[in-house]
Amino acid sequence: MTTTPPPETVAALLPEIAELIVSALNLEMTPAEIDADAPLFGEGLGLDSIDVLEISLVVSKRYGFQLRSDNEDNVRIFSSLRALTAHIASQRSQ
Amino acid sequence: MSLRPLISRHGLDDTLAWRADGPVSVRRFLAESSALARQLPAGDCLLNVCTDRYRFAVGFVAGLLAGKTSLQPASQSAETLAQIEAAHPGTVCLRDAPFAAGTLPCVDFPDLSAVTPEEIREIPGIAAERVVAILFTSGSTGLPQAHRKTWGKLVDNAEAGARALGLVETPMNIVGTVPAQHSFGFESTFLLALHGGCRFWAGKPFYPQDIAAALAVVPPPRLLVTTPFHLSTLLAADIPLPPLDLLLSATAPLSADLAGRAEARCGAPVREIYGSTESGQLASRRTLAGPRWQLLPGVRLSSDGDQTCAEGGHVEGRVPLGDRIDCHDDGSFSLLGRHSDLINIAGKRTSLAWLDHQITSIAGVVDAAFFLPDDDSIDGVTRLTAFVVAPSLDRAQLLQALRQRIDPVFLPRPLSFVDSLPRNSTGKLPRQALLALHEARKPHD
Repeated sequence: MTTTPPPETVAALLPEIAELIVSALNLEMTPAEIDADAPLFGEGLGLDSIDVLEISLVVSKRYGFQLRSDNEDNVRIFSSLRALTAHIASQRSQ
Repeated sequence: MSLRPLISRHGLDDTLAWRADGPVSVRRFLAESSALARQLPAGDCLLNVCTDRYRFAVGFVAGLLAGKTSLQPASQSAETLAQIEAAHPGTVCLRDAPFAAGTLPCVDFPDLSAVTPEEIREIPGIAAERVVAILFTSGSTGLPQAHRKTWGKLVDNAEAGARALGLVETPMNIVGTVPAQHSFGFESTFLLALHGGCRFWAGKPFYPQDIAAALAVVPPPRLLVTTPFHLSTLLAADIPLPPLDLLLSATAPLSADLAGRAEARCGAPVREIYGSTESGQLASRRTLAGPRWQLLPGVRLSSDGDQTCAEGGHVEGRVPLGDRIDCHDDGSFSLLGRHSDLINIAGKRTSLAWLDHQITSIAGVVDAAFFLPDDDSIDGVTRLTAFVVAPSLDRAQLLQALRQRIDPVFLPRPLSFVDSLPRNSTGKLPRQALLALHEARKPHD
């Protein structure tokens, strides 16, 4: 069940998820340089499906839940850093 | 003209596929395909981009019945789609999810639940000589290279694959993580179901939990068709998996370490397929049994110096291979490495020459070169680097222009702006010089 986490919870978790993306994908940028509301795919950060799997693995290890594509809107979850962070905040078990 | 059946090793009431709502019989599959064939607009070619494997299969067979050729490009970039449209006027795109098809007319996959399977009385035949699919590779000139596949050779490929994997004796239920349009997924999920007696799961599971869920839905015996990258992610997730009977991997070399862990974890042999878009599938091996590959029935290799060619069996003509190969007296062979210009990232193949052609064609780029660092991530994915001389462009502009032309997996990471490239007196770029530039720019850790 997805519950919407409070915006301040999401905002507090943002830097941690940005750091996780940059380190998991060896991006040539600092976590602070990721625009929280820009698309992660295409125009924005330019991630692809390989990156998504790598992020999903790190997320499952650190936050104790598995990403699924059939019961969640995948496109929405990875639409931005803020959306991904909100999803993690609502699903995390650790 | 000789006819080969559309489906073999299955009767009309046998299960061909598993969808979330249950099994689908051959009879229903044919009824849905015939209904879709009647709804497709005129035109010789079909660009079938359905992500669901079952819908791809219905679309492909609808095209077969309507006399259309299936176009299966290596990339779905705007540039590639425009080139394919120019070369094949009248192409229609069939999609089951939002898809940027440029100026191609699109058909959204329709609801076919109201068809009447009882009207299907037989499995139709298709002319063996007919070109039914064109698979594309990215040519070094910048234009997609077309590889035409006749129905008869595709059927032969599936039968040879099924025999080599023991599926003739034990047909399995296939869950595939690879797209049905790519040659490996096309041959080892879709065609193995049509002509290897197997049945396939309709979806294309992505996350480890999706793969586990799909495997749990289909009954045993289960065959997982995947890649080293997906397999390594699946094992790393460390989630419960139902018992498997066979794992099949291709698109990149699989390490003995990963194969060993997969066998221990899944309780099933891990086999690899060797082949290419040009040649179809050529050989297989059990990874843990050693480096030697066994040719599929009917396939022969011949070498001329450094170049090995495949022919015979289901191979169309005599096809030069992209690998350096050592042929052994017992008919097996070992792979010695790629011919240097060809690269493979996450199962997508291209050449450095093609990528260089793409980047240097962008207005504002004075000089540029792609570079593939030595593989330091076994079973992972190595990323490309590009060095570019483009004083008038910034990073975002250049990446945006590249994205129009090349598949996202080939986007350089990092993209390094330099004042000049280390070309030698003949204008060539020795790999050693690029390697030195790469090392000099690497962040120290």
